[in-house]
Amino acid sequence: MQSLPRSIQILLIVLTLLLVFYPMFGEALVGDKYDYYLQKLTTIMILAIMAVSLDLLVGVAGMVSVAHAAFFGVAGYTLALLAPEYAAPSVWIALPLSLGVAALTALIMGALIIRTSGIFFIMVTIAFSQMLFYLLHDAPFAGGSDGIFLMFKPEVAIAGVQLLDLSNRATLFYVVLTSLILVYLLLRTLLRSPFGRVLFGIKENEVRVQALGYNPLAYKLVAFVIAGTVSGYAGFLSATQYGFVNPADVSWMLSAHALFMVILGGMGTLFGAILGAFAFEGLHYWYSSMTTHWELLMGITVILMVLLLPKGIAGLLLQLDERWQRRRRGDEPEPAPIVKTKAEEHS
Amino acid sequence: MDFPTFLIQTMNGLQQGLLLFLVASGLTLIFGIMHIINLAHGVLYMIGAYLAFWLTSLLGNFFLALVAAVPLAVLLGIVMEKLLIQRLYDRGHLDQVLLTFGLILVFDALQSMLWGNNSHSVAVPALLSGSITLTDNLNYPIYRLFLSGVCVLIAIGMYLIIQKTRLGMIIRGGASNREMVQGLGINISWTYTAVFAVGAALAAFAGAIAAPVSSVYPGMGHEILIICFVVVVIGGVGSIKGAFLAALLVGLTSTWGAVLVPHFAGAVVYALMAAVLLWKPRGLFAGAQ
Repeated sequence: MQSLPRSIQILLIVLTLLLVFYPMFGEALVGDKYDYYLQKLTTIMILAIMAVSLDLLVGVAGMVSVAHAAFFGVAGYTLALLAPEYAAPSVWIALPLSLGVAALTALIMGALIIRTSGIFFIMVTIAFSQMLFYLLHDAPFAGGSDGIFLMFKPEVAIAGVQLLDLSNRATLFYVVLTSLILVYLLLRTLLRSPFGRVLFGIKENEVRVQALGYNPLAYKLVAFVIAGTVSGYAGFLSATQYGFVNPADVSWMLSAHALFMVILGGMGTLFGAILGAFAFEGLHYWYSSMTTHWELLMGITVILMVLLLPKGIAGLLLQLDERWQRRRRGDEPEPAPIVKTKAEEHS
Repeated sequence: MDFPTFLIQTMNGLQQGLLLFLVASGLTLIFGIMHIINLAHGVLYMIGAYLAFWLTSLLGNFFLALVAAVPLAVLLGIVMEKLLIQRLYDRGHLDQVLLTFGLILVFDALQSMLWGNNSHSVAVPALLSGSITLTDNLNYPIYRLFLSGVCVLIAIGMYLIIQKTRLGMIIRGGASNREMVQGLGINISWTYTAVFAVGAALAAFAGAIAAPVSSVYPGMGHEILIICFVVVVIGGVGSIKGAFLAALLVGLTSTWGAVLVPHFAGAVVYALMAAVLLWKPRGLFAGAQ
């Protein structure tokens, strides 16, 4: 993974700073809607954590998983099931267990499906996440289609002293923002390591990677478990924010939304997936304010996006940056792009 | 459990399996021949059911509605293929997933705009509304027998067309080598359109003919889509024979599962799929690809 152009780095830092300052100055700017937007932004950043981890699979390793919500959901359910009815669960117990269950689910599912590829992989991921949906929907302990309520937010305390109050919305906002930044940096470091290079290689040419002595299946499985665990972390945060979980958290529709966030933002770039989460939820908000049938507009957006902007927002930004750099250096006008045929791309 | 209950559950399972075959066969044909994953296949089933509901009240006769729904579905299939799906042949699976997911959102929204969010029922036509008496207190509805019979006839027809006709030969040729078939002077583009339209019509017809037994409701396309994925995975991508046997297996497993393990009824068929994947990762009847 190459380092980002300066202009995009600056853009990302500015956007991050805007988020950092929102709880301080937001009220003066948007007035009554401050609290609503604070919660909305928290939700979007949680979804961005899920999307950026999905990019590790889709954009980097070329695994089109439509099961990413499964891990999001099981981690949230773990938190809700662990929580005592009339007391706050301790984050030191609830978080590791939630992540552990998400990782274990990803490991079991991954072990079953990692040998499949292409269309098969897509169908099997959808089918398994639907299986989890039914298990949680029908299980007598999981509250059916209503799900489970979480009466108290997880408690972050050492020796009885509260460190963070997650029921404070601004605190939760900062916890989620910090998490998003750390997850992004962690995944970026991972992709610059030899592990990440092998993953990129698998997407380009799995057979060649194998010929170089790596076992692609092991790498794919590890990536699947890492991504699933991070998605589980997002699910943990989401259950904390909303105070309930329901089977929609594991549905393949949520996975498909996450997939669209990755593509809308531009896959394989990590930061694109984060922008994609903001763009998707922004469009969702805008369309819903226009009509109750927001799905119609979103569907048309998805279709046009695939046809017209296959590299997403990140691709557009990178292209603009390149053009700008070239103009600044005073180079020749951009040469006509070389159109690769399908055969060349695969050679 | 006594014998008549066993018999009824088995017949229900077979009937459900045959119906699944109608939907899954189109899906597997489109995979196998055009290498396209069509998530919008399930909403075509839903559209078929809504067309049956709407046309029955419009025309006053269920059979007329059934006959009228098919050309509409074919037309829809042609428009979808020519307008959108055609652009996906040179794209990766990811673009196919997203574009057809966009179609799901569009069709779901259109369904809700045209017909609302309530569920509806379609009356069983008077001609077939009776039951066959199995024992003193157990009956089996004639309509379900009719449904199974129609599905079996369509399955036989499909087998004959694919194995015995010139069109079937082109379809099989197109599946193994697209360029070669084109090189022989055959317009593969229209063949693909035809295959997609036939797949769409099969799905919509299945939804329409099932409407009197299953009721018509929003989201019905999503359930059938994923069960059809299970059928295709178990049967092997692109295999019609595999789809047929897997559909029967899935139909029987799900009706038996609902009786034997009611708490896991929804998950049973997926457990079956997991078992098949462990045993044969490419499905039971995977062709040489």
